[in-house]
Amino acid sequence: MMLAGWGRYPRAECRVVAPHERDELIATLAAQNSLIARGNGRAYGDSALNPDLTLALRHRDRFIAFDDASGVLEAEAGVLLADILESLMPRGWFPPVTPGTKFVTLGGMLAADVHGKNHHKTGAIGDHVESLDLGLGDGSVVRCARDDNPALFAATLGGMGLTGVILSARLKLQPIETAYVREETLRARDLDETMALFEASRDWTYSVAWIDCLARGPALGRALLYRGEHARRDELSADKHGAPFAVPARRARRVPVDFPGCALNRWSVAVFNRIYYRHGRPGTAIVDYDRFFYPLDAILEWNRIYGRRGFVQYQCVLPKDASRAGLTALLGRIARAGAGSFLSVLKLLGPGRGMLSFPMKGYTLALDFRADAASLALLSELDAIVAAHGGRIYLAKDARIAAADFRRGYGTLDEFATVRQAVDPGHKFASLQSLRLGL
Amino acid sequence: MSTVLILGAASDMARAIARAYAKAGRAVILAARRHERLASDVADLGLRYGVAACAVEFDVLDVAGHARFLDALGELPDTVISVAGFMGEQAQNERDPEAATLVMRSNYVGPAAILGEAAQRMTARGSGVIIGISSVAGERGRARNYVYGSAKAGFTAFLSGLRNRLHGSGVRVITVLPGYVATRMTEGMATPRLLTAEPAEVADAILAAEAKGRDVIYVRPIWWLVMTVIRAIPERFFKRMRI
Repeated sequence: MMLAGWGRYPRAECRVVAPHERDELIATLAAQNSLIARGNGRAYGDSALNPDLTLALRHRDRFIAFDDASGVLEAEAGVLLADILESLMPRGWFPPVTPGTKFVTLGGMLAADVHGKNHHKTGAIGDHVESLDLGLGDGSVVRCARDDNPALFAATLGGMGLTGVILSARLKLQPIETAYVREETLRARDLDETMALFEASRDWTYSVAWIDCLARGPALGRALLYRGEHARRDELSADKHGAPFAVPARRARRVPVDFPGCALNRWSVAVFNRIYYRHGRPGTAIVDYDRFFYPLDAILEWNRIYGRRGFVQYQCVLPKDASRAGLTALLGRIARAGAGSFLSVLKLLGPGRGMLSFPMKGYTLALDFRADAASLALLSELDAIVAAHGGRIYLAKDARIAAADFRRGYGTLDEFATVRQAVDPGHKFASLQSLRLGL
Repeated sequence: MSTVLILGAASDMARAIARAYAKAGRAVILAARRHERLASDVADLGLRYGVAACAVEFDVLDVAGHARFLDALGELPDTVISVAGFMGEQAQNERDPEAATLVMRSNYVGPAAILGEAAQRMTARGSGVIIGISSVAGERGRARNYVYGSAKAGFTAFLSGLRNRLHGSGVRVITVLPGYVATRMTEGMATPRLLTAEPAEVADAILAAEAKGRDVIYVRPIWWLVMTVIRAIPERFFKRMRI
């Protein structure tokens, strides 16, 4: 069937199989020549597309064990983060790291080694995985952990499914007292102020900035910075004291149709951005976790606002020393093209862990572009800026980078290739993305 | 804690129904052939929702064993849901009467027999809810799947009659017509988005139908419109159509 990632670009006709039980899944791995695992399809580009065989694993979603004392959850890889939140948050446990949507699977989060607003403090999701079971191409299953097949463990976290199929994993959750976050909003008038605010927020657990990517000249890099801490029980208003995990139900809205391609243009986006910037009220508020972590999940199928042709999300990270110069060049180029998006996000990351994992110490910038020829040409220019500053792009978002540009950003590719060669010499595990990038 | 018995509990739809009921705080009994393979689902329900859950052996085709099966449960559940069913291959059903008969027994004879048996006991008790998962395929026979459709038509008629008979007895009967459902079975098939429900959506609709005292539900209301149109087409045109 026709499949695509969350950006709906590119699309490819893929054979899809959904194995029922673990034995059937493992037998499928042994019998095929080329395949990739797919979770809930939230990678933006072609990471989970393989025309020969795309394994649909979102139905394999059982909890296997949970230890109420340590907070370690063992679950099948198809479990959604939303399910983990639904069941375990009311019992006082929260994911150690969460991306900007809860509609991702556990396996997908590990394969992309996702990061969240707390990366500078707590690292990526892989830093909180106790162990994982990996199905290999020969039909065997190996358990990987920091002290058990450590190289394969490191290569699989962020490995985009190219070392095997993650069957299940044990993830250590963090204890929380309430379902709420104490959020502080700050306004920054330019890039220097924005970066200074990130530095000043180093001790906050969560920090992220919405950046006006169409602002130019002296306003370049102006932003609203949000920082947060899990609220303690005594910070809640009296009416919430009795039920600190009860959150008002939000009615999810759905984007009913594909927007026409012209709905988002430089004028509508510029107007939106100006209003959004002015409306950001500096101050402190207690907000529920859904609003703080998953504002976009309230709009189901929001990817349809970019029209039928889809969109690409561009996310890069620049080394910290080169971030100011790199961001200035990137934002300047984007503003000049007038091609920016509503949702441009800036975040200061902590150190990464190598192999194919994306994060490294420095600033990461993410923004959306309609998938058209002009945007794709612009993104190639951005690739050159990123490479010139020693940065790299995020595979979970990528749909189009050239192999050479990609490779320049990842210094540990050889190490990854060595590990992969040992477990999958024939490159049975492959996606349209890995083939495009010569991985 | 009131109890729900789910018959034919190994399917994706049944798993979603079990989760929805468990989430609502109901104890869940999963009944299926080779029930030992449901151990991981029982564990999942307990871990997620902290409710009592168990799996029991049940063969919907073993009509003679149905009474014994219900006896062995001890207490009669408050709600019984039949998700049992089996689509088969239409082409094979046309060639092979054994195959066709199996589809009829799996979708009509077996489910009707066990729900009829449960209804007797619930009537004696004076309370209970019986829920049958039938199909829009039973609304009109089509070349593409009429063996399956005819069995579902029989099941739908049975549920309708049972509801009629039990009205006023304290026992309610609900007919569920899901339409297309995105399960492992249909993964990789291109079903129309507007007409395709997620298993969790079916489950939530069933729970809501029980709470609101509904009789017949289409999970997605648009199916009511689709089937009303399909039923209204005169036979002399309908027989020429390929839909």
